Amino acid sequence: MAGVGLASAAWPFIDQMNPSSAALALASIEVDISSIQPGQQVVYKWRGHPLFVRRRTPKEIAESKAVDVNSLPDPLAENANLPAGAPATDANRATKPEWLVLIGVCTHLGCTPTVSTPQMPEGDYGGWLCHCHGSQYDTAGRIRKGPAPRNLDVPPYTFTSATKIKVG
Amino acid sequence: MSGPSTYNPKSGFEKWIDTRLPLPRLLHDTVHTFPTPRNLNIWYTFGGILTFCLGVQIVTGIVLAMHYVANAGLAFDSVEAIMRDVNYGWLIRYIHSNGASMFFLAVYIHMFRGLYYGSYKAPRELIWIIGVLIYLLMMATAFFGYVLPWGQMSFWGATVITNLFSAIPVVGGHIATWLWGDFAVGDATLNRFFSLHYLLPFIIAGVVGLHIWALHVPGNNNPLGIDVKSPQDTVPFHPYYTVKDAFYLVLFVILFAVFVFYAPNFFGNPDNYQPANPLVTPPDIVPEWYLLPFYAMLRSIPSKLMGVIVMAGAIVTLVFIPWLDTSRVRSCRFRPLMKQFFWGLLVCCILLGYCGSQSVDAAAFGIIPLVWVARLATIYYFAFFYLIMPIVGLIETPRKLPASIAQSVLGDTAAASSSLPAE
Repeated sequence: MAGVGLASAAWPFIDQMNPSSAALALASIEVDISSIQPGQQVVYKWRGHPLFVRRRTPKEIAESKAVDVNSLPDPLAENANLPAGAPATDANRATKPEWLVLIGVCTHLGCTPTVSTPQMPEGDYGGWLCHCHGSQYDTAGRIRKGPAPRNLDVPPYTFTSATKIKVG
Repeated sequence: MSGPSTYNPKSGFEKWIDTRLPLPRLLHDTVHTFPTPRNLNIWYTFGGILTFCLGVQIVTGIVLAMHYVANAGLAFDSVEAIMRDVNYGWLIRYIHSNGASMFFLAVYIHMFRGLYYGSYKAPRELIWIIGVLIYLLMMATAFFGYVLPWGQMSFWGATVITNLFSAIPVVGGHIATWLWGDFAVGDATLNRFFSLHYLLPFIIAGVVGLHIWALHVPGNNNPLGIDVKSPQDTVPFHPYYTVKDAFYLVLFVILFAVFVFYAPNFFGNPDNYQPANPLVTPPDIVPEWYLLPFYAMLRSIPSKLMGVIVMAGAIVTLVFIPWLDTSRVRSCRFRPLMKQFFWGLLVCCILLGYCGSQSVDAAAFGIIPLVWVARLATIYYFAFFYLIMPIVGLIETPRKLPASIAQSVLGDTAAASSSLPAE
């Protein structure tokens, strides 16, 4: 009895640390992507985190498609729009091949990875390099090398028109 | 050594106090007549120096809290206001920020001293374990404090360290969210870190009390590592060690002042003079120097969970040292083999610190990848405690121990005839 009493008295003091109602009232955002050029990435802010929207070039898409999914450290799509067990194929990472939408949080320890461009390559896979601890992601945001355990997360999003996406 | 009290209240007032609250008796017995080995060297002055450091951090910290605002929108500006507008704010803040580094410098010397002279061995195991606890609390406090200015390093340091908990299977993500009070490091995180940063130093002060209490039961170890056998092995703490401690404290404060007045940002990172930006991680994030060896261990392991386990294990290992060391001799002065391995450990820790300060893919002399240097040093670190300590203790032939502290200090004949030095 005393244990139950203690636990129930302690709970409010533990639970107060969890996100408040204000933090839980998560907003969704709609972004206009019409000005993003092929090969360019634009970063938005969504739920306190960076949101990557990258317009991939045909070469980047082809590189990603050529990868054998079974050879990946994380063979799952990690896409909130798909069932949990979906494989990490390029089509499962980007609904429209040209547009890659990712949460820009390295799955290792939460840094923001730096985008790789042909002019300024970052890492060996053409995607992103996280400078904190050296994780490397490919052009579909899949982890290829380094300590990160998972692919970059794909947030829930839909195309509301040809040039607009709603995230969240 | 904590024998019967020698306190003898003289005045009627002292007697009146003594029968009601024997605080003068406690002080008399612990810092005045306390019998202390007569051979303590410079490395034994750091306990007093550390107490001083804690006091400095608490006093400057309380003052800074009068001007600081724990709000993600205002924190950075309030720190700048302390630096520019508050009277002597720059001085107090620089004492506090450099004070953290001086505190860790002293604690590392204190810890390696304990390791070298076997101060963790029976009957002083609990002093050592309480010390490890203080070290842990210090790291937590320093981490919380580093977040408060809400610069880029503050923010991303907080992100990386709290994300360590997300490596725990199943519940890790929930723990991280619980720590943040949000889905990322933010205002809620800053507020609670400030609350804890204010609380922990007082907890440390309490635990330091336990540390000293536990020390006063068996008394100080000493560079010879042998027990005190007779009163002539000791001198009273006051004035012998109050003066010695004070002298080295003055030298320490001079070094402290050199940093505060001539290189106040020596230990700092310029990126922390940029306000926190949740969308951009600085290209090279590095923790404060005193955490670099652990950071290097974390980075050298190519798996998230294993990296975190190794890093946490490096600290937890310290708790077991009293039972990992199988030698019957305490001091490395009489342990020719262990002495070599001890210096190896020190070199490894410094190497790890260096690796942690460099970027992930750096190489020494352009050819040796530092990640491999860090891996080897990490292996040595664990091997030292789990293999070398138990095995060397069994196979090593220690050198002959002196008969007593007095004999070692004064020579045979003097020891036989000398008595307690006059007070």
